[in-house]
Amino acid sequence: MQFAIPVLSLTIWLPILGGLAVLASGDKAPNVSRWTALGFSVLTFLVSLLLWSGFDLTTAGMQFVERVPWIPAFNAWYHLGVDGIAMPLIVLTTFITILVVIAGWEVISYKPSQYMAAFLIMEGVMVGVFSALDAVLFYVFWEAMLIPMFIIIGVWGGPNRVYATIKFFLYTFFGSVFMLVALIYMYFKSGSLSILDFQAMPLGMTEQILIFLAFLAAFAVKVPMWPVHTWLPDAHVEAPTGGSVILAAIMLKIGGYGFLRFSLPITPDASASLDWLVIAMSLIAVVYIGFVALVQQDMKKLIAYSSIAHMGFVTLGFFIAFTIFHRPGDDAGVVMGIQGGMVQMVSHGFISAAMFLCVGVLYDRLHSREINSYGGVIHTMPVFGALMVFFAMANAGLPGTSGFVGEFMVILASFQADFWYAFLAATTLILGAAYTLWMVKRVVYGPVANDKVAGLKDANGRELFVLGTLAIAVLALGLWPAPLVEVMDASVQNLVQHIAVSKLGVAPTAVAALP
Amino acid sequence: MTFDYAHLLPLVPEIAVLVLASGILLVDLWLKDQDKGVNHVLAVAGLLVAIGLTGLVGGGAREIVLSGNYVRDPMSDLLKIAILVVSLLAFVYSREYLRDRQMLVGEFYVLTLTAVLGMMVMISANSLLTLYLGLELLALSLYALVAFDRDSPNGAEAAMKFFVLGALGSGLLLYGMSMLYGATGSIELGAIAQAVAGQGTANEVLVFGLVFLVIGIGFKFGAVPFHMWVPDTYQGAPNPVVLFLGSAPKIAAFALAFRLLVDGVPGLHADWQGMLIILAILSMAVGNIVAIAQTNIKRMLAYSTISHVGFIFLGLIAGNADAYAASMFYAIVYALMAAGGFGLLVMMSRRGFEAELLDDLKGLNERDSWQAAMMALVMFSMAGVPPTVGFMAKLLVLEAVVSVGLWWLAVVAVFFSVIGAYYYLRVIKIIYFDKPDTTEPLLASTGARVAFSINGLAILVLGLFPAVLLTFCQAAFTL
Repeated sequence: MQFAIPVLSLTIWLPILGGLAVLASGDKAPNVSRWTALGFSVLTFLVSLLLWSGFDLTTAGMQFVERVPWIPAFNAWYHLGVDGIAMPLIVLTTFITILVVIAGWEVISYKPSQYMAAFLIMEGVMVGVFSALDAVLFYVFWEAMLIPMFIIIGVWGGPNRVYATIKFFLYTFFGSVFMLVALIYMYFKSGSLSILDFQAMPLGMTEQILIFLAFLAAFAVKVPMWPVHTWLPDAHVEAPTGGSVILAAIMLKIGGYGFLRFSLPITPDASASLDWLVIAMSLIAVVYIGFVALVQQDMKKLIAYSSIAHMGFVTLGFFIAFTIFHRPGDDAGVVMGIQGGMVQMVSHGFISAAMFLCVGVLYDRLHSREINSYGGVIHTMPVFGALMVFFAMANAGLPGTSGFVGEFMVILASFQADFWYAFLAATTLILGAAYTLWMVKRVVYGPVANDKVAGLKDANGRELFVLGTLAIAVLALGLWPAPLVEVMDASVQNLVQHIAVSKLGVAPTAVAALP
Repeated sequence: MTFDYAHLLPLVPEIAVLVLASGILLVDLWLKDQDKGVNHVLAVAGLLVAIGLTGLVGGGAREIVLSGNYVRDPMSDLLKIAILVVSLLAFVYSREYLRDRQMLVGEFYVLTLTAVLGMMVMISANSLLTLYLGLELLALSLYALVAFDRDSPNGAEAAMKFFVLGALGSGLLLYGMSMLYGATGSIELGAIAQAVAGQGTANEVLVFGLVFLVIGIGFKFGAVPFHMWVPDTYQGAPNPVVLFLGSAPKIAAFALAFRLLVDGVPGLHADWQGMLIILAILSMAVGNIVAIAQTNIKRMLAYSTISHVGFIFLGLIAGNADAYAASMFYAIVYALMAAGGFGLLVMMSRRGFEAELLDDLKGLNERDSWQAAMMALVMFSMAGVPPTVGFMAKLLVLEAVVSVGLWWLAVVAVFFSVIGAYYYLRVIKIIYFDKPDTTEPLLASTGARVAFSINGLAILVLGLFPAVLLTFCQAAFTL
């Protein structure tokens, strides 16, 4: 189904234009910038819903395609399109951005127009990453994303923000430049910059391994995977609440998306031969980082580490595919693993956003993120306390919440691959429950810890609206994940068929071509 | 040899600049101190005319005039326009600064315009002699300009260093040229190219001479290990001079390298390729690493220049039409970015205060958020972050080296560009994250503000639509 209006372009450029408008409005009338920002974010969300409503479930091909020449000199196109993998993530992006705008409403008093503008521009750029089908266009969006986030953490962040934001920028920049070289190399191999052409083109094993490693450098930093995760706790702790939310809910997903769009389909053979590396990194993230999360004193740091552990599940789900292929019998686990990873990404988008917003609510009142500063919050903030407990349960993977669905699918799929993968992955059910619930116990329950907590006021309408919306989303996805799974089904099936076929047989001479 | 006035037609832009320089020299004599602004108006108007004339006489196929000494081709048209535009920006930025310091005198404009003339001659040179003539005209004007603030000991020191090392570089270049002449028997680049193609690398004098040519080019570009003069000169010279010195001459240096190496000795590509690879890697490494340690933003930008020179070389190394276009694109874009970066420093300097430390930029966002945003664009562009044009320039030169199979060189280049990103980010950090010492608004004229906005937005727009400039760059090498 084709739309007469360019929905994807609209979803990208509307918030960017909105951001510029907000920027131009200045800080003389903060409410004007806030309402303009809210208006644009809601409008963008509504536009992005057209993607969902007009989506054709039966095809794995790209939909809502737009293709216009961009830089004819090297065959770069303004080429957009989405499949079932990208589309839910775009809707997630536009949805979360509304909540971020509302969550920053009166909390941000220093240059609110620049704050709102940064998030709107960020939104457009992230949608661009998910919808770009041209390698240069993708890379432009991918890197451009760093600029607003750099500013957000650096301007509105905590005391150690400069260190955190520069570390964040350099880590991700370092990871992605190698991807750039790989993309240029493939451009000369194929004569095209289309990501779809890259997926179809034959590649020799040495090339595939080098390209795979270049991609791994870019995506592993973004996800982030152990051992290149260390920027994330710093960035999260220092970022303002909105920055943490976007970082956890969307930016990490871009790494996972990269694995599905680039690594697996472009270098299937290298992925197959190096899958042990990614699986090992994922399992270390799940187990080791789970233990690290247990000992954190800072709530944001704890959630940051829990994010790393949860994203370990995502990459595990993607890369067990090859082990399952090797084993005799049914390959249904492959699809389930990848779908589980996708569900986990969307679900983690809701839950981590909610957890960071909860911490934000507390931080705005007490200006402390230390677990020790709290205790007995439920007595003074009953409604908020209940919501926080709910999100904590979801984070621990309680059945009925979205956190359970993804984890369960991935664990189930890993059983088909290897018992020990599944065993190690399942430890998260214990570890996740331990670190999340222990934090909740210390913060929310128990006697009222001090005078400051005793003086707390319950969440106001704005905060309740944001958290309530997320609670509904978490429950809905937990109880009825079918619509999400259906949307991505055709694309995931197609991806699985694609990676099952080796690219090596097609081009026996390709190895020699590598200089 | 007959003389035909039609031969002078391609030289009309140069003639215009010469007339302009002489005119200002004369007019200045009759101007009272309070009317010195007339010089500025004349110079700006004259440059606009020169840009128009370059466009008018330009276009079309390559023409060689003046007995083979002078050439006008699409490349020279584009480079001349780029130099004139950047010089125009430099004039507009500098006006307030010069007026506040009683430097708004005719000599400044005359010297700058003769430097522009020298660059134009270099760009259009088709023989070793013309090339050297243009180079020296540029260099001598610049030596004087660096010492323009004659009461400043730093300026004098900078000029002295610049002069001694610049003269050494010119000497080495001339020595290389003499060997080239000895080996080929001609000073005309086309004839040299043919002679070289005939004898190849068998002639040791030729290769020996080539070494000196490359060293001379390295000096003029400021490539490592011939970069010593760059930071000291930048630090000591008055801001408007650094603005001019750091931007337009890079375009001219590209022309110098292209005329000598590609027009002159294409047959020795394999030899100069290896030399340039070493210069490029060293420049990127030293430039980016040493820049981190700087606290003076002029020195920092000087080392940043050095690293960008390494990137400009990448295109020349690859050695095909697309790669030259990429290199030229990079040189022009770099001049634009440097004009913006130094332009802000000129605008921030007030009477009795020279903005030159990184800390002088503290909290610029609170003082003037629009200028801060433009400066952030310039810095992100220098770091090569999309969607600014600096990324496109880097992408193109990287593509150029990957296209000839030197993908390891591309990996080295991106590695150093990540290191380089750190110090550009630090500037943005100082502008956005630090609190200002003073809340005084910036005292810049409307003209400078408009010019800076155009400069910053051009960096963004060219980044989104690089085809606008890239098409011209590529056309220059396909005709």
